[in-house]
Amino acid sequence: MYTWHWDELPQYAPLIAAATVRTLQISVVSILFGSVLGVVAGLMRVQPLKPFRFLAAAYVELLRNIPLMLVLYLIYFGAGAFLPVSPFWASALGLSIFEGAYVAEIVRAGIESIDRGQMEAARSLGMSYFQSMLHIVAPQAARRSLPPLTGQFVSLVKDSSLASLVSYEELMLVGRQINSRIFSPFEVFLTIGAIYFAICLFLSLLSRWQEARLARP
Amino acid sequence: MEPMVEMRGVSRRFPGGHYGVRGVTLDVQRGETLVIMGPSGSGKSTLLRCVNGLETLDEGEIIIDGMHVNHLTTNWNKVREEVGMVFQGFHLFPNRTALDNLVLPQVVVRRRPPSEAKATALRLLDRVGLGGKESRYPAQLSGGEKQRVAIARSLAMSPKVMLFDEPTSALDPEMIPEVLDVMRSLAREGMTMLVVTHEIGFAREVAQRAVFLDAGVLVEAGLARDLIDRPETSRCRAFMQRILRRPEGGIAAWT
Repeated sequence: MYTWHWDELPQYAPLIAAATVRTLQISVVSILFGSVLGVVAGLMRVQPLKPFRFLAAAYVELLRNIPLMLVLYLIYFGAGAFLPVSPFWASALGLSIFEGAYVAEIVRAGIESIDRGQMEAARSLGMSYFQSMLHIVAPQAARRSLPPLTGQFVSLVKDSSLASLVSYEELMLVGRQINSRIFSPFEVFLTIGAIYFAICLFLSLLSRWQEARLARP
Repeated sequence: MEPMVEMRGVSRRFPGGHYGVRGVTLDVQRGETLVIMGPSGSGKSTLLRCVNGLETLDEGEIIIDGMHVNHLTTNWNKVREEVGMVFQGFHLFPNRTALDNLVLPQVVVRRRPPSEAKATALRLLDRVGLGGKESRYPAQLSGGEKQRVAIARSLAMSPKVMLFDEPTSALDPEMIPEVLDVMRSLAREGMTMLVVTHEIGFAREVAQRAVFLDAGVLVEAGLARDLIDRPETSRCRAFMQRILRRPEGGIAAWT
C-alpha cells in the first residue's frame, strides 16, 4: 500500500518555483527562435527558387526524422566539447531547430491551403511575389495556422523536459532531484505534471482567444 | 495607330509537351472589345493568362502598348499594373472589406496616399452599383456583387487593358446581367478588353471582333456578328450550333 507523504513537499516549493521559471524561460525562448526559423524555412519551401526549396526541405526532413534527445546530445556533448555552451543555450538551440522543422511544415501547409487564385489575383494587380505574400497570402495563412501552431507550442513546452538530460535544471530535473531525497514519486511528479498542465492549458486558451479575436464574417 | 496588344506566334507548352496555345497571332486595337470563344480546354484561358504573365510563353512574343513582355528583363509587375484581370472565381481577398480590396493594391502598387485611394475606391464601387456596400466582406456579398467588386478592384489600378476570364461562368443566371452591364458600359467608354465568354448576346452586341480557338490553335477570326451567325469553318460552325441550341445560350443570344 502506498503511503502518501505530501507533508515533505512544501519545503521544496522555492526550488520548484525556480524550476518552473526556467521551464518557462526555455519554452519562450525556443518558441520565439523556433518560430522565426520555422517561418523562414516554411516560406523557403513554397517560393519559386529551387535551391532554397531543397535546402529547406532537407532541414525539415532531417530534423523530423531524428529524436530530439539526440539533437540535444549532439549539441551539448558533441559541439559542446569544442565550444563550451551552457545547458540553457544548448537546450534552447536544440529545441529551436527541432521545433522550427515542425513549424516550417505548419507554415508551408498554411500557405498551400490558401487558394492559388489569391496569389494570382494579387500578382495580376501588379504586386510583386513578396508583396502578395506579405499583404494577401500570409495573413490568411497565419489565421489558418494558429490552431496547429498552438499544438506545436504545447508540444515544445512538454519537450523542454528533455533539457533535463543535458543538466538544465528545469522542472523535470528538479523533480527527479527532489524525489531522490524524499522518495515520494507520486507527490513530486503529480505536482510537476500539474504545473506542465497549467502552462499548456493556458497556451491553448490564449490561442482560442486569439482565434476568436481574428474571426471575421 | 499601333494596336494595344499584339500577339505574334504565341505558344505555351505544358509539362508533358502538349500545347495549351499554339502559334496564335492576334492584334487587339485600342478601345476594342475582343471576344475569345472555343470549347473547354481549347486554350482560351491560357492565351489570356499569357497576356499578363500568369503563364510564360514558350514561343512568340506579346507586345502591350509598345512594351515587349516576353523578354527575360521584362518587369512583369510593371506590365501587370497596366493589365487588369477578372477571374471566373472572383478571387476577392476574403479577409478584407470590399473597400479594402480596392484600396490595398492602389496603396501597395501605385503608392497612392490612402485618402486618395479610398476616394477612388468609393467612386468605382459606386460606379459598379455597389455604393453603400463598401464595408461588407466578400462572404457577405452575392456572386454578382463579388464579381463587380473584382472588376472595380482591377479598374482602381487604372489599367490600359482589361482581361476577363469567363467572368459570368460561376454566377447564378439571375446575376449575369448585372456583371455584363458593367462590362458593357466599360466597353462603351473605350476600355480595351479581351473577354473569354460563352455569352453570345454580349459578344454580338458589345464586341467588335471575335476569335474562335480550338485545341490551342486560332481557327477563325472575324467580326463578332459574322463569327457567331455565319462561321466559315466547320469547327466553329459546329461549336456555335452546340452552344446556341442550349436553352441558356439560346436565351442569352437574344437578350
